[in-house]
Amino acid sequence: MVPLVSIAGLSVAFSGVPVLRGVDLALQKGEALGLVGESGSGKSVTWLAALGLLPRHAQVSGSVRLEGREILGAPATALDRVRGGRIAMIFQDPASALNPVLTIRKQLCEALALHRDLQGNAVKAEARRLLDLVGIPDAARRLEAYPHEFSGGQVQRIMIAMALAGNPDLLIADEPTTALDATIQAQILELLSTVRRELGMAMVLISHDLGVVAENCERVAVMYAGRIVEQAPSNQLFADPVHPYAQGLIGALPPLDGPRRRLTAIPGTVPDPAHMPSGCAFAPRCTLAAEPCGLAAPSLAPIADDRSVACIRAEASRRALLGIAAE
Amino acid sequence: MGRYFAIRIGRAALTIVLVVTFAFIVLRLSGDPALMILGPEAPPEVLAAFRKAWGLDDPIWAQYFDYFGAIAKGELGRSMRDGRPAIELVLERIPATLALTLPAFAFKVALGIPAGIYAALHRGSAIDRAVMMTAVAGFTVPSFVLALLLVLVFAVQLGWLPSGGQDSWRHAILPIATLSLGGAAVLARFTRSAMLEVLGQPYIRTASAKGVPWRKVVTSHALPNAAIPTVTILGFMVGTLIAGAVVVESVFAWPGVGRLLVVAVANRDLAVVQCILLLVAMTMVTSNLIVDFLYGFLDPRLRAKGAHA
Repeated sequence: MVPLVSIAGLSVAFSGVPVLRGVDLALQKGEALGLVGESGSGKSVTWLAALGLLPRHAQVSGSVRLEGREILGAPATALDRVRGGRIAMIFQDPASALNPVLTIRKQLCEALALHRDLQGNAVKAEARRLLDLVGIPDAARRLEAYPHEFSGGQVQRIMIAMALAGNPDLLIADEPTTALDATIQAQILELLSTVRRELGMAMVLISHDLGVVAENCERVAVMYAGRIVEQAPSNQLFADPVHPYAQGLIGALPPLDGPRRRLTAIPGTVPDPAHMPSGCAFAPRCTLAAEPCGLAAPSLAPIADDRSVACIRAEASRRALLGIAAE
Repeated sequence: MGRYFAIRIGRAALTIVLVVTFAFIVLRLSGDPALMILGPEAPPEVLAAFRKAWGLDDPIWAQYFDYFGAIAKGELGRSMRDGRPAIELVLERIPATLALTLPAFAFKVALGIPAGIYAALHRGSAIDRAVMMTAVAGFTVPSFVLALLLVLVFAVQLGWLPSGGQDSWRHAILPIATLSLGGAAVLARFTRSAMLEVLGQPYIRTASAKGVPWRKVVTSHALPNAAIPTVTILGFMVGTLIAGAVVVESVFAWPGVGRLLVVAVANRDLAVVQCILLLVAMTMVTSNLIVDFLYGFLDPRLRAKGAHA
């Protein structure tokens, strides 16, 4: 089966400094994938690059295929149909994500007019339906309001409505709840998973919050310093992280049940993109690093059917995993 | 909304009173009109008679109240030089000034705004750098230098255009060019930075992410936002329409309000200077009011604030 989106060797550099160093990722129809990692690890850049939304001075290379068709470097008209129509994206800071001088109706109907074959009153009716769908009360009246008349959580709901306007196959939610209160966060995530289920849409949830990803995604990819270092089904990743960085991330989470234990922290800091260590980027912080780690960057290799890891110790880990499975 | 404008109109009136008061006091402290107009050789009794006739012997506060009393009755005083009503002298010069400043304003807008938008959209390109260099040159070179430079090139060297006077439309070209270039430069730079600021906003990325073609992102998402700061500087430019050509009119011997002001100040022709300043203050304040109104129109956030204020 051709994946909905497949990304291969995607690299991005800003004025010669690489920030994305060969990302490989595939996404099936209807799948929910979590993308986790520290700030600056390239989670957002991956998707901004895929959709051609990076500033012009960014150097992008690699391949991004949508149902087998290359979209990286595609002509503007083709990209405009993909953006919003096939792949929609919502962003972190709802306060500044909507145009302050245009009404919600203008911004919603603009998206509808671009991607849907609707005329006249049907456009407005659909806009009302979308606002209803995302839980904005009194939709008919609220359509005429401006973004500053809504709360942060409401704006994020409107963003979701706008993203749904084009009936996309994939929604990229880039830290959709980071700027919101904890209670609102839960509501927005709930809304996202509801619409995803109802519309059969695939979703990429970009977050630095492992808990959020664990709850909402079937599969998780962990990014570190511009690369994917591990991907696995959520439950397996959380139960048995293989890459030392993933182990570190999960070790830093307090367990909800079971005995209390000391939380571990990952020593050191993320390397400066301008001065990447040779070999594995995580090696300087890795407690298990050995001499070969500094020689070449390990590539993402499968260790089980649906798991892959970029670590030279993965072979040992895989054996350990199989051992567990055999027991 | 009504209150919003009531407050602004009250503030505008106060501004005008302050400007007029300031001009009144400074003019009376800076020299004796009798000496300036009649000359130092005039006999003392003539000077005394002149001062008495114009009320210059009264205490300054008495003169001040007389002046405002007269304004309230719609009288703006008479020129001490030829006895004609000051307002008449000023009004007959206004068309000449507008003949320069209105076309210059049109050129500033027509050149400056598109150049600024283009430069912002092609940031870092050769054209952007050229526009910005011209803009910096345009507003660092004082207008009298630019005026003289244009005269030197087009009147003296090439002999294409007259260097001064008001006999035909050709006489207006160099003064208009002088006024336009500087203003267009300021406007280009301002528009460019307003546009760059807006293009970096997340809502521009949102618009692109939902598939809006770039051209439309610029016209329907970026421009309406960039218009808000640009309107400020446009308002300022409208405010200088009446008396924004003092230097240029002097260099090109153009008989407008600006030149009248220079002559009147030199002569301490009090009523004329005060009349011009009152007019300038009123245009400035009016254009500011229009800008405030436009803000409310362009920016819904301010509209809301005004409604609650």
